[in-house]
Amino acid sequence: MTGGGVAIRVVLPAHLRRLARIQGEVSLQVAGAVTQATVLDALETAYPMLRGTIRDQQSGRRRAFMRFFACEEDLSHEPPDAPLPAAVADGAEPYLIVGAMAGG
Amino acid sequence: MSGVRVLVGTRKGAFVLSSDEARQDWEVSGPHFSGWEIYHLKGSPADPDRLYASQCSGWSGQVIQRSDDGGRTWEPVGNNFSYDGVPGTHQWYDGTPHPWEFERVWHLEPSLDDPDTVYAGVEDAGLFKSADGGKSWRELPGLRGHGSGSSWQPGAGGMCLHTIILDPVERQRIFTAISAAGAFRSDDGGETWRPINRGLKSEGIPDDDAEVGHCVHRLAMHPSRPSVLFMQKHWDVMRSDDAGESWREISGDLPTDFGFPIDVHAHEPETVYVVPITSDSEHFPPDGQLRVYRSRSGGDEWEPLTRGLPQQHCYVNVLRDAMAVDQLDSCGVYFGTTGGQVYASADAGDSWAPIVRDLPAVLSVEVQTLS
Repeated sequence: MTGGGVAIRVVLPAHLRRLARIQGEVSLQVAGAVTQATVLDALETAYPMLRGTIRDQQSGRRRAFMRFFACEEDLSHEPPDAPLPAAVADGAEPYLIVGAMAGG
Repeated sequence: MSGVRVLVGTRKGAFVLSSDEARQDWEVSGPHFSGWEIYHLKGSPADPDRLYASQCSGWSGQVIQRSDDGGRTWEPVGNNFSYDGVPGTHQWYDGTPHPWEFERVWHLEPSLDDPDTVYAGVEDAGLFKSADGGKSWRELPGLRGHGSGSSWQPGAGGMCLHTIILDPVERQRIFTAISAAGAFRSDDGGETWRPINRGLKSEGIPDDDAEVGHCVHRLAMHPSRPSVLFMQKHWDVMRSDDAGESWREISGDLPTDFGFPIDVHAHEPETVYVVPITSDSEHFPPDGQLRVYRSRSGGDEWEPLTRGLPQQHCYVNVLRDAMAVDQLDSCGVYFGTTGGQVYASADAGDSWAPIVRDLPAVLSVEVQTLS
C-alpha cells in the first residue's frame, strides 16, 4: 500500500493478521494529517475485513478490548483526531494495535 | 458415494468432520478461525458447497465468513449489523430499560432455495437478512417492533435470537425463538410478527402464562409436517400441532424436563430427541449419566439412549444449537458437548460413538448430507 511519500507502519495483533491474511507489518499511505482516525481509515480501506474489528462501525469508538500504542505510550484514550507522534508519522516507529490483556 | 459433513462450532474455532455413508471413519479438519468463538456454521440447502459461519471474539467483535467450496477456503464478508432506525430499549436484568446493542450472531439460517439469501439471529435479539451472500445485512425490524420488544429480558446467556426455522410449505412463514422472550411467527417473509406462546407456563416470570417472557431454548420441526413444532423450554418440553397457535406439554416420563437442544428424526416426524439436564443451576446430566432421550410417539413417552455414551462421572452440557440429524436412510444423530466431545449415532440413536473427544467446548453442530 505504499505510494508516494512516507509510509506509516502498523502492527496488528495475531488474530487480526490471520483474518486479513497479513504477514508482518502493514505499510500504509495516509493522505493529510497522520492521526489515529486517518491511519485506521487507511487500514480499513486496504483491508475491508478489518472493519468493525478494531473500532465500532457506527460510532467509530475503539472496541473495549483493543488498545493503541506507539513510542512506548498508550494512545488508547487520546482523541482520534489528535496527531500521532512524529516518529510514527515519519515511519521511524510503528503504530501498534494490540489486543488487551483480557484473557479469552 | 453419499456421505455427511458435520460442521462444529466451538469456543476456539470451527471443525469440519467428514465421513461416508457408514459414518464409522471420520476425517477431521480444523481448527478453522483458530482462537475465535464460532457460534454457528450452516450450509445452504440449495448449494451444499456454500457455507456461512459466525465468528466472534471479545477483542474484535463479529465477523461473518463464507465458503464456496464446502469449507476448504473461506472469505470474510459483511459484518455490519445495524439495527433499523432508533433501536430503543429492552428490559435489563434489574428491570431498567437498556439500549439495544449488537453483541454477536448466534445462528445463521440459509434460505431453502437461494444460496445468497441467509438470515441471522443476533444478540441483542433481532433478525437480519442478507440477499447478497452475506456482504450486506438489513434488519427485519417488525420482530423487535411488533409491540412487546421493550419488555423482553435477557436470559443468563444474553438476550439472543437463537432459532430460525423456514417453513418449506408456507414459504412466507418463519419461526424464531428468543431467550427470554419466547417464540414468534411471521407469515409474510419476516416483515410482521406476532408471539406464539399460548400454553407455555414459566414459573420464573410474574405472570406464568404471559404472552411473552418465556425462556424458549430451542424449536424443531419436521419438514414434511411444518405445522407441528417441538420446543425445549427452560423447563418443559412442549409441542404444537397448529404452527404455534397453542402448545401442550409433552415432558411425560422424562427424568427432568430442563434442557437445551431438541430435534426430530429425518424420516419419522413423531420421533423426537432431547438431552435432559439436571436443572437451571446444574447444567449437567442427572447422576453423571449422559443420556439422549427419544420419543417415538411425538412426546410424553421417552426412552433413554445410553449405548456408547458415558454412564458415570459425566458432567458436560449440550447447548441449544449443538444437535443435528442427517438425511441418510438410517438417520444419523449428532451432538456436541461443552467437554469437547462430538458424538454420532448412525442408527437413529440406538448406539453412539465419539467422532472426536477433545475439542474446545462445542457451541453448535450442524450436518450436511452429501450425495
